[in-house]
Amino acid sequence: MANASFVRTEMLPEKAPPGTAVGAIGWLRANMFSNVANSILSIISIILIYMVVSRLFSWTFLSVWNANSLKECREIMHATWGETEGHACWGVIRERWLQLLFGFYPPELYWRPILAFILLIGALGPILFSGRAPRQLIYLTAAYPFLLPLLMWGGPIWGPLLVAAGFAIGYVGYRVLEPLIGGLGALVGAVVLPVIWWLFVVGPLAGALSSVLPIGLETVESRNFGGFMLSILIGVVAIGCSLPIGIVLALGRQSDLLIVKAICVGFIEFIRGVPLITLLFVASTLLNIFMPPGTNFDIILRVMIMVTLFASAYMAEVVRGGLAALPTGQYEGADSLGLDYWQAQRLIIMPQALKISIPGIVSTFIGVFKDTVLVSIIGLLDPLGLATAIRADSAWNGIYWELFAFIAAMFWVFCFSMSRYSMYLERRLKTTN
Amino acid sequence: MTTLTDPPRESFRLSMLIYDTRYRSLTIQVVALIGFMLFAAWLINNTLYNLAVSGKSIEFGFFSEPASYDINQRLLDYNSRDSHLRASLLGLLNTLVVAVLGCITATIIGVLVGVLRLSSNWLVARIMTVYVETFRNVPVLLWIVLAMAIMIESLPPPKAFRGENPEASMMLFDSVAVTNRGIYIPEPLFSRSLGNIHVLGESSLRFDVSLDLMLFLIVLGGSIFAMRKVSARANKLQEATGDRPTTWYINLGILVIPTVIVLAGLGFYLGYSELKGFNFQGGTYLRNSLIALWIALSLYTAAFIAEIVRGGILAISKGQSEAAGALGLRPNRIMSLVVLPQALRIIIPPMISNYLNLTKNSSLAIAVGYMDITGTLGGITMNQTGRELECVLLLMLVYLVISLSISGVMNWYNNRVKLVER
Repeated sequence: MANASFVRTEMLPEKAPPGTAVGAIGWLRANMFSNVANSILSIISIILIYMVVSRLFSWTFLSVWNANSLKECREIMHATWGETEGHACWGVIRERWLQLLFGFYPPELYWRPILAFILLIGALGPILFSGRAPRQLIYLTAAYPFLLPLLMWGGPIWGPLLVAAGFAIGYVGYRVLEPLIGGLGALVGAVVLPVIWWLFVVGPLAGALSSVLPIGLETVESRNFGGFMLSILIGVVAIGCSLPIGIVLALGRQSDLLIVKAICVGFIEFIRGVPLITLLFVASTLLNIFMPPGTNFDIILRVMIMVTLFASAYMAEVVRGGLAALPTGQYEGADSLGLDYWQAQRLIIMPQALKISIPGIVSTFIGVFKDTVLVSIIGLLDPLGLATAIRADSAWNGIYWELFAFIAAMFWVFCFSMSRYSMYLERRLKTTN
Repeated sequence: MTTLTDPPRESFRLSMLIYDTRYRSLTIQVVALIGFMLFAAWLINNTLYNLAVSGKSIEFGFFSEPASYDINQRLLDYNSRDSHLRASLLGLLNTLVVAVLGCITATIIGVLVGVLRLSSNWLVARIMTVYVETFRNVPVLLWIVLAMAIMIESLPPPKAFRGENPEASMMLFDSVAVTNRGIYIPEPLFSRSLGNIHVLGESSLRFDVSLDLMLFLIVLGGSIFAMRKVSARANKLQEATGDRPTTWYINLGILVIPTVIVLAGLGFYLGYSELKGFNFQGGTYLRNSLIALWIALSLYTAAFIAEIVRGGILAISKGQSEAAGALGLRPNRIMSLVVLPQALRIIIPPMISNYLNLTKNSSLAIAVGYMDITGTLGGITMNQTGRELECVLLLMLVYLVISLSISGVMNWYNNRVKLVER
């Protein structure tokens, strides 16, 4: 008998997978045509995408750039393609893009908002990319609140400088008073002294100094502010001021002190219960009635105040979420170390709670930034308000889509990059925890 | 022997108000209260002084004066001789209309998009991602204004429907006309109508109750009640014997037959809109501003709801559906009995705040001229009467009441479905 074996003794080499399961075809089968329903969906999607993209493509790229009015635009379109529909007239953006960015800010002073924006990125560095940005930038962060108004509004240098000096007075006052009258009295002194300084000394002193030493920048009126500069300015001020207010409100809402808690809850729920537009109505019509007679501060400042209040209520809820997310053990641990309330907050609770709530803070910022377009309703010249103003010009009467597309694209870039940043942060925080 | 002495009786010293933690919280609260009251008093004092200087006082008498402006989209009858109060009431109803419509469509679109974003179909998932990111990252006001511009600029005017060979034609068997002034849809009419009841006579709050509608709703309610009874009986039978009787045709009959009888008895027919003169007449008219606001708010909010739904479904661990599958449940029952009930608990709280946001965003109606409460009370009424203080404060109060009621109702629902933790 021959040594016949019916069982294979050696392994067969691996066969290549069938051509339909690998490469592009395999991927398509797995991800787009796995069954009948999916195939139908995919085909409908492809047709939809083709329709939208082809139209959008020809509208965006087969377009007119060098025209100075809508009429001229249409003539060029008619001469080139024989039709006036379906092609964008980007001439309006070419002619007005600086206005859409800066409003009526004097063109020779454009370097000031640009510098303020660059410095803003630098000042935000230590906060946004903690540990990766140079440490010295923290001084820029501290100085930025005083640099911003100086750069944007101009005027003598003394006002912001003296206001900043108020904080130094408070600090020095605390240091001097603490050995004399104890911590609590020094704290009261450190609050009262700068307030007196700001209320009674800064005004006359700044006036006197600027008449003696007129150092400063050219003044720019608030009514010249507009465009994305205005949106970013309102957004940055609102978010910058609302963070500390929001933290205080959140602490108040979490505290055991009944009256403090009631005041904070009332404020937060009131602000969150009304639309921003009603608060802007307050800014445009009522805020001057609430203030002492003779007070007359400009509309942008009033809008900033109301948007700040609005943002701080939302911020408070975000921070409260962060506080609530901390395990109770952290609070108990701080207590058992003998830390008092403020020490515990400063050293243990807040660093962790804020870290948790950074994504929420960023999304609040996105929301506030988007909401700044509402100021066009009360007549400020934000991008949307400027679009209406541009349409009122007879040369561009009747132009809609190009302006909307430009504004939407700008907002999209800002908001999308912020949301990506927040996701990056979430990922980074996840690994450290 | 030692004698037990009483602990030394502490006498109250003033410094204890600050240094004794038992009293310190009291001190802080009293200081806070006094500070708050001083601040409030300062504001009120300023206000009263400024009002006195400008010769105004706080009064609400202007509400009974004739409004003398038109409200072009309304639920109740109104003419320009009616009072400001009635104008505000109609504005409030308009706000509620667009809020309710918007919440419904936003939920439908949002859930659909959220589920499709998790689809295994790569292309569909990407399209939905693009949709969500596009709508979330551009201000809602821009979407509203854009939707309005599309309505006005790209839809045919009513005159395009005229003539032998019109440029535009009505849709759905000549029943719906989509024009740049708005959309005309058929209205339900009754040839043997029972009439209306006028409630509250001639006052500003008057409204009509349609008896036809009431009868219809009562019959429908009765049908649904009977259907639930049938289902309950079927459940009982199933628990007792293990067999579930077939009930769907009974339920269908209970639902359809009585309503059809009522509608036939009342002589139900649809009133179509027709082109007469320069515009369409008859039918129900949905103004372009309402449509634009509705579409923009729905699409914008839906993008947020989609993310919530996606997050909620992703948060349910895969083990849950695998375990349910191991128990022998079929895929749709896994979804309805295991995954969705758990996902809902995560979805509902953020959904509430999105409904609230939609309602508050509906105040942007003022940008497209839809006469909601902001457009009437906070817009024309305020400008006509010059009573900024009263109008803006009332406007805020109205929105506050709406917000608090929505969050109250939704929180009640949330408490019903949320996990009972022990």
